[in-house]
Amino acid sequence: MSKTYYDPADLRKFGKITEWSEELGNKFFEYYGKVFEEGALTAREKSLIALAVSHTEQCPYCIDAYTKDGLQRGITKEEMMEALHVGAAIKSGATLVHGVQMMNKVNKLDG
Amino acid sequence: MTKLKTQSLQKKGSDLAQSNRQLEILSNGIFKNGELPTFKDKISETSQFPLKAKKLEILQINVGYMCNQVCEHCHVDAGPDRKEIMTRETMRQCLEVIKNSGAHTLDLTGGAPEMNPDFRWFVEEAAKVGIKDFIVRSNLTIIRANKKYYDLPEFFKKHNIHVVSSMPHWTRGKTDKQRGDGVFDKSIKALQELNAVGYGMPDSNLRLDLVYNPSGAFLPGDQTSMEKDFKKALKEDFDIQFHNLFAITNLPIARFLDYLVASENYEDYMYALVEAYNPAAVANVMCTNTLSISWDGYLFDCDFNQMLELPVNSKAKHVSEFNEALLVGRNIVISQHCYGCTAGAGSSCQGVVA
Ligand code: SF4
Ligand code: SF4
Repeated sequence: MSKTYYDPADLRKFGKITEWSEELGNKFFEYYGKVFEEGALTAREKSLIALAVSHTEQCPYCIDAYTKDGLQRGITKEEMMEALHVGAAIKSGATLVHGVQMMNKVNKLDG
Repeated sequence: MTKLKTQSLQKKGSDLAQSNRQLEILSNGIFKNGELPTFKDKISETSQFPLKAKKLEILQINVGYMCNQVCEHCHVDAGPDRKEIMTRETMRQCLEVIKNSGAHTLDLTGGAPEMNPDFRWFVEEAAKVGIKDFIVRSNLTIIRANKKYYDLPEFFKKHNIHVVSSMPHWTRGKTDKQRGDGVFDKSIKALQELNAVGYGMPDSNLRLDLVYNPSGAFLPGDQTSMEKDFKKALKEDFDIQFHNLFAITNLPIARFLDYLVASENYEDYMYALVEAYNPAAVANVMCTNTLSISWDGYLFDCDFNQMLELPVNSKAKHVSEFNEALLVGRNIVISQHCYGCTAGAGSSCQGVVA
């Protein structure tokens, strides 16, 4: 058994998930491929969205994959970091907006 | 921090300056233990082994390894300290080949080809032969390196040279990281000067193409979208125009291999190349229609094999023995670096191949 939960080399084995459930696995990869095709959004824009979401999801595989994808597309590190801040802003906003719930509760219980 | 090599691997006496050491790395490890298939096994899957040379279309002549730059990932291990320079005598032999061969394209490369003292003489003589497409691979900064090179744009124009130049990125930071401090600004200036004499303008016959190769351990993105991004940025920021962008994959040899090994990216990079393997690109890899001639007149399947000192598999091994009939149909000499030519849409000195 490996000593860590995450092994970078496992990313290369991602495709193998189809081995234990071929139909669903294939459907997933087909869908995944389609999502990232050039559409109303450019593939470049999608790559930056994926990078930001990779961070908010805190998936190390996705972070590796979409950092590399960004470099391959000529995306600069400044653009990458700005995309991350969008993710971080939503994350922190989502935390803080729940403060309203807290305030409501305090007001109700102790107002 | 921009960390720059100022010497070639050869000058530093680095282990990896030796081609047999590079070939050893490419044959051992993950390829020896069966983790990854060798290039030979891979192309055998689609019955494409042995790779064979077809009709000769492109003659690529390396006139010397001397260069004014010492780029991080140079596959030639070029630099100011390299002394290998083609002599006029060898150039004369090359001219014979140019006259007698059926090749429609002549491609001069280096190092910085302009630094060869007989470069202009050679261009003038070769231009007289009337070859269809006469390429000079100019690194751009050479045009600004010294007064004696300032007139190169005019010289190129006079001989209707097709200029092909490297540009790793449209931003200063990424360009200078790969090619050296100040390279971006000088390259921009050189491109503006080429534009000023008519190179790269939309309707101009004076062809100016750019070569993009990644600045690190990753593969190039889609050539068409990269071209769009380059064109937009260079036009908006510097009013520069050019014709096409060739996206070229870095091959794991010489300084790029040294970098991959030192940065512990070698295995991942080879995985990426093998995963991106595209059998459709194999049929058109450049060695199938190109012959590379080294500064001392030896014949190779491509510039990469030249650097790995893998000579052509033919009785004719030197420009003095050139014989097109003998060379057509020869088996191409391959190793794992060839995966660099077959990844994704493929890669050659003219960009994608598939
Ligand atoms: S990549 Fe080109 S410009 Fe850079 S050192 Fe090598 S030959 Fe010179
Ligand atoms: S590296 Fe040279 S020999 Fe190998 S596939 Fe590419 S062009 Fe052909």
